[in-house]
Amino acid sequence: MSNDVTRRPTPNQEAADAWAPLRRLTAARIGLARAGASLATSALLDFRLAHARARDAVHTALDEAALRAQLEALGLPVLTAASAAADRSQYLLRPDLGRSLASSAISTLDLHAGRYDVALVVTEGLSAGAVQTHACPVLTTLVPTLAREGWCIAPIMLVRLGRVAIGDRVARALGADSVVILIGERPGLTAPDSMGAYLTWNPGPQTTDAERNCISNIRPDGTGYADAASRIAHLLREMRARRLSGVALKDSSDTTQSITSDLSGPSS
Amino acid sequence: MYNATVAGNRHTFPDIVALLAKASPLRSGDVLAGIAAESDEERVAAQCALADLPLSRLLDEHVIPYEADEVTRLIIDTHDRAAFAPIAHLTVGGLRDWMLSDAATSVALAALVPGLTPEMVAAVAKICRAQDLILIAAKCRVVTRFRNTLGLPECLSVRLQPNHPTDDPKGIAASILDGLLLGAGDAVIGINPATDSPERAHTLLALLDDIRCRLDIPTQSCVLAHVTTTLGLIQKGAPVDLVFQSIAGTQAANRSFGIDLALLHEARDAALGLRRGTVGDNLMYFETGQGSALSANAHHGVDQQTLEARAYGVARAFKPLLVNTVVGFIGPEYLHDGKQIIRAGLEDHFCGKLLGLPMGCDVCYTNHAEADQDDMDALLALLVAAGVTYVMGVPGADDIMLGYQSTSFHDALTMRELFRRRAAPEFETWLQRQGLLDAANRVRPRAVPSRFRALLDA
Repeated sequence: MSNDVTRRPTPNQEAADAWAPLRRLTAARIGLARAGASLATSALLDFRLAHARARDAVHTALDEAALRAQLEALGLPVLTAASAAADRSQYLLRPDLGRSLASSAISTLDLHAGRYDVALVVTEGLSAGAVQTHACPVLTTLVPTLAREGWCIAPIMLVRLGRVAIGDRVARALGADSVVILIGERPGLTAPDSMGAYLTWNPGPQTTDAERNCISNIRPDGTGYADAASRIAHLLREMRARRLSGVALKDSSDTTQSITSDLSGPSS
Repeated sequence: MYNATVAGNRHTFPDIVALLAKASPLRSGDVLAGIAAESDEERVAAQCALADLPLSRLLDEHVIPYEADEVTRLIIDTHDRAAFAPIAHLTVGGLRDWMLSDAATSVALAALVPGLTPEMVAAVAKICRAQDLILIAAKCRVVTRFRNTLGLPECLSVRLQPNHPTDDPKGIAASILDGLLLGAGDAVIGINPATDSPERAHTLLALLDDIRCRLDIPTQSCVLAHVTTTLGLIQKGAPVDLVFQSIAGTQAANRSFGIDLALLHEARDAALGLRRGTVGDNLMYFETGQGSALSANAHHGVDQQTLEARAYGVARAFKPLLVNTVVGFIGPEYLHDGKQIIRAGLEDHFCGKLLGLPMGCDVCYTNHAEADQDDMDALLALLVAAGVTYVMGVPGADDIMLGYQSTSFHDALTMRELFRRRAAPEFETWLQRQGLLDAANRVRPRAVPSRFRALLDA
């Protein structure tokens, strides 16, 4: 865990050493040093740093040019577009705008409309750092795998300030039977750069979240790149074979369920 | 049609739904739904009109039609006219004044519970200041029991929340150990499982039951799986103490959660049949949160605070042990910042307590909301002043599974010391027996007792 590096030793805490073996069992903040009933200064500042990093992850802008250059190395055309959200603060308050394409995006997509098996969409969601770092490594494995199996892949679409459902609009406009959207997840304190992949068969305006499959926590310390790419490919094959996605596919891989889907999807 | 003239300007509100929505203090979810007041003046005008509204109108004009929604039917069909009689002549503003008055004792407020509807308490909340929400709630007494007694005067209980991203039993046990040593867990030891797999939930239930029995802890456990999962596990003989479910204030939102009232009754009956409670049989555990109906597109144009109160109307039909508003989890598109989260937390606790519920609050926020630990300290302290039944205890306030920040074991202990609150009496006796209290009755663990450490060897 990266923030363990900053966790300082806890002086004058006789129980501190006793917690060392227990801390190996979980990344949870257990056995923290106390001052009275309250947190000791070191634990207080560790937490504040982790929160600061998570906040920075939410508010850091995507370096679109850099990511585009990386993605172009995959050999597919890369298009860029924006959602209807004007800026990050509007994006956070208006999920509906993040699900819609800016009007300027429509003409870009129309130029490339055709018949595709799958559309690949990348958007920063709630963590630009997540897709900046993890999107290209996952696609570097996924794209050749799909190409070998004869999938007709649409141009890669890099969308600024999108939510999960914007993938439906992109796929519909391009004429794709399915969509994979890679999106930065809600940053947690221990993982500010987690990426999610949402997959949908026959995406369109009628699509609900129950019709999506999700692979979450994609990062080297969570779901690794190769694992994520192979699970995405597996789900795409299943979706195409059974002509559906979402809850009905859940049984084939119980680890694909989003862990934060209870009250509201992290970035849906 | 409702109207109010303020500063020479006449404002009109076409129906009760619009009046309630426009009178609600500003929050992003109502703006997102397009139902919030257009200006601050319009909001106050709506509050003026709402204050003059006779309470009885809220029994006649339903925010969601009776025919279309089983939550409305539950609220109307179970309303107790006799209990309502003493306030039947009052307006919403008049009810606020009465609740603040010396006549509104704990006993009088308790007698009123079956006569109040969610819409009435939601309406009063909208015209209350924060201090009113605190003062009135602090007069309410709600006591519930399963293996211990929750909600007694001067008590503050804690749910121990030992979540782990892969449900690793040893990782969970380590967090439980940490929480118990810091005096947490009297409300419940409750795990949010990382998946909804029944096998996984069964394993976790067995783990919790084993720890509880080996340490002889006077508390209850819960795996917060979907109610259908829990029902299936009861039938398989799993050790189920409490039945958990997320609930909302409309039939359509509940359907999006995969539940209805009949299913909740079925699950409660099944768990009652296990007879696992020792001092009482309150065994339902509900979680709610403003914005959940809107996020399911099941809000019928009704504001999120009114719908939240209606979720409590659902909860009280099932005599729960615990109800918890997970106030800041849903995100900034519903509650934008610390100010909105604080206000919502106080409103939810107030409405729940007036409706006779054992209200706890997950004082929490996500990293994309404009909030931080200072905001949470403020809400936590205000809720403890308001007599909140219980709060969450998460190791270091960082839930590594759900990816949000709640309150820590330390936060809860600090509040117990600051406000002279104690754990549930049975649990406090247990803490004493484990040698975890100092001479001044404060939780001050010296080391990890070997009996506790042995839990990790299994």
